[in-house]
Amino acid sequence: MENETKNILQELETSDYKYGFVSDIETETIGRGLSEEVIRLISQKKEEPEWMLERRLKAYRHWLTLKHPNWAHLDIPEIDFQDVIYYAAPKQTKKLNSMDEVDPELKRTFDKLGIPLEEQMALAGVAVDAVMDSVSVKTTFRDTLAEKGIIFCSMSEAIKEHPELIKKYLGSVVPYTDNFYAALNAAVFSDGSFCYIPKGVRCPMELSTYFRINAEGTGQFERTLIVADEGSYVSYLEGCTAPRRDENQLHAAVVEIVVEKDADVKYSTVQNWYPGDKEGKGGIYNFVTKRGLCREGAHLSWTQVETGSAITWKYPSCVLLGDNSSGEFYSVAMTNNYQQADTGTKMIHLGRNTRSRIVSKGISAGKSQNAYRGLVRVSKDADNARNYSQCDSLLIGDKCGAHTFPVMQCSNPTAVVEHEATTSKISEEQLFYCNQRGLSTEDAVGLIVNGYAREVLQQLPMEFAVEAQKLLAISLEGSVG
Amino acid sequence: MLKVENLCASVGDKQILKGINLEVKAGEVHAIMGPNGSGKSTLASVLAGNEKFTVTDGKVEYEGENLLELNVEERSRKGLFLGFQYPVEIPGVTMANFMKIAVNEQRKAQGLEPLTAAEYLKLMREKSAIVELDPKLTSRAVNEGFSGGEKKKNEIFQMAMLNPKLAILDETDSGLDIDALRIVATGVTRLKREDNATVVITHYQRLLDYIVPDYVHVLYKGRIIYTGDKSLALKLEKEGYDWLINDYKEE
Repeated sequence: MENETKNILQELETSDYKYGFVSDIETETIGRGLSEEVIRLISQKKEEPEWMLERRLKAYRHWLTLKHPNWAHLDIPEIDFQDVIYYAAPKQTKKLNSMDEVDPELKRTFDKLGIPLEEQMALAGVAVDAVMDSVSVKTTFRDTLAEKGIIFCSMSEAIKEHPELIKKYLGSVVPYTDNFYAALNAAVFSDGSFCYIPKGVRCPMELSTYFRINAEGTGQFERTLIVADEGSYVSYLEGCTAPRRDENQLHAAVVEIVVEKDADVKYSTVQNWYPGDKEGKGGIYNFVTKRGLCREGAHLSWTQVETGSAITWKYPSCVLLGDNSSGEFYSVAMTNNYQQADTGTKMIHLGRNTRSRIVSKGISAGKSQNAYRGLVRVSKDADNARNYSQCDSLLIGDKCGAHTFPVMQCSNPTAVVEHEATTSKISEEQLFYCNQRGLSTEDAVGLIVNGYAREVLQQLPMEFAVEAQKLLAISLEGSVG
Repeated sequence: MLKVENLCASVGDKQILKGINLEVKAGEVHAIMGPNGSGKSTLASVLAGNEKFTVTDGKVEYEGENLLELNVEERSRKGLFLGFQYPVEIPGVTMANFMKIAVNEQRKAQGLEPLTAAEYLKLMREKSAIVELDPKLTSRAVNEGFSGGEKKKNEIFQMAMLNPKLAILDETDSGLDIDALRIVATGVTRLKREDNATVVITHYQRLLDYIVPDYVHVLYKGRIIYTGDKSLALKLEKEGYDWLINDYKEE
């Protein structure tokens, strides 16, 4: 068994990153480094109004006063922010009128990623806002959505076409003063998605954004803003991949969600950025701030499957401001080789009768480090708040680490806060049992891991769940201990 | 079908099997009995290919092949089934899904197409009836929260699904009440055919009331020290192992 384990571990370490191809597309970039001039240039290239530039500069000036955060259970090499390219866009000479006009190379890239960009989307019922590097390439299904009054477009367009909504909501949930990377993002964000669901409207299809970092040496700083107006519903999907490179790339995104009274938002992420090679060289630094604000009776559910990135620093959170609002966080975070993840959530109970639920499943293999960090805060006015947290860790092999940092702050005596945690390993008995029934060790590990993560995977929309299951199996190929 | 010659196996430095000789032909039922710690479960594990044990000497021929060269899953796909004494739990993986993969792996090895969902469901219904397994159990996670009796029934259900040539049942009767014992044993008997064979490892004669063995072997300190017919089991039940062990020591 031990020998087999070793072999499989080796195999796993050499298994290739499936999405590690580079697209040969002409890219327009600006020079490396960050300064007020660079920010002016970004704003100018995006033909932004003056007020947006002012916001960016304000954020930049604030960022200059901040120090890089170091509280996470991560070993982050020093990042030279002057060595990053802050803007890269696929070169396009004219506006696109139909799918046929999209650069064939770009289309091939999306095909390889398996994004249903064309007619098949109608069948899949998915509307895609595909973001390559910094510019939204093609937004589909907008007309169908427009009939219902739903706005789904790139952030750049939203700034130009819906300035009143952007002014009202952008930065209202994650202000630029929030943290180091939120400030950086506010200063240099290149593009992203904007989504507005009007009062009482149930979005008829799942909205999806697929991000991809393609150009070398560029950082990607998307900004996503979702506003679900009173009584509306939307399910939003986000998937990410990046080509393999030896150097590290920075990805610092901000996602803000405003969930108005009685609205319901479901946000699902499958993150598969390039994790670096088996020696830990290269890979994406994924520093993301995600937060949603729930008004009275609103509901927000985060589901994430994190398998990629060299370093992940991410805490999708819910601010339960309104009475009777509720938040959920379902997470599977898998690390392998030298990957590091410090991820979790914050549930901030401010309103009365607010409820939250946290289910976190960590899986560590190789020499990776995987930490869950969670905060449950019940403020003194949040009568009858309830939280249930469950944090499980699964270890594969004996060189990885799993860490849990749950924090609870209760200022109201009526609160009920529960926390459960387990740590387990895939046992040799389980593997032998599966083998004896004719399953290969590799299939057995995939099966056991998917079973372990089932509670979270069940939360994903169907097509995404299938992809996530495959992804877990691929990322773990043969890793046994 | 199975020919074991001078099989020796150890775990760490400890020698457990010290020269087992055993021949099982198609259509036969063999019972292996013996006091605790004599190596019964080890024999079952070694035949199934558990790498926790090292085979230090001997030969095992199975269906004309060198069994010891095959890994665990290959042995399974070639029709060797082990009914576990302590079936493990696999949280989050439904029994139905687990068995579907197992059945289709076996079919793949035989060059057959995987079963369609409808075919599979039909097979599952048919086979779960053999052991009176509550059909609801197949939609629950593998062995998770199963009672002792359900776990053992579930082992025989899996045996029925995989339709093995050689089934080795490791103390399938332990921890069963009399009703469950009857159901499990009847299930095994119903799966009996001319072209398959069963090796039953047990402590108690009572199982052999239902599963009538052609041979009863007594395993002691890593060796088969005595072989008889089904009357041997009755005698052991009455008189214990001492008379055999004393004879063996004198030899």
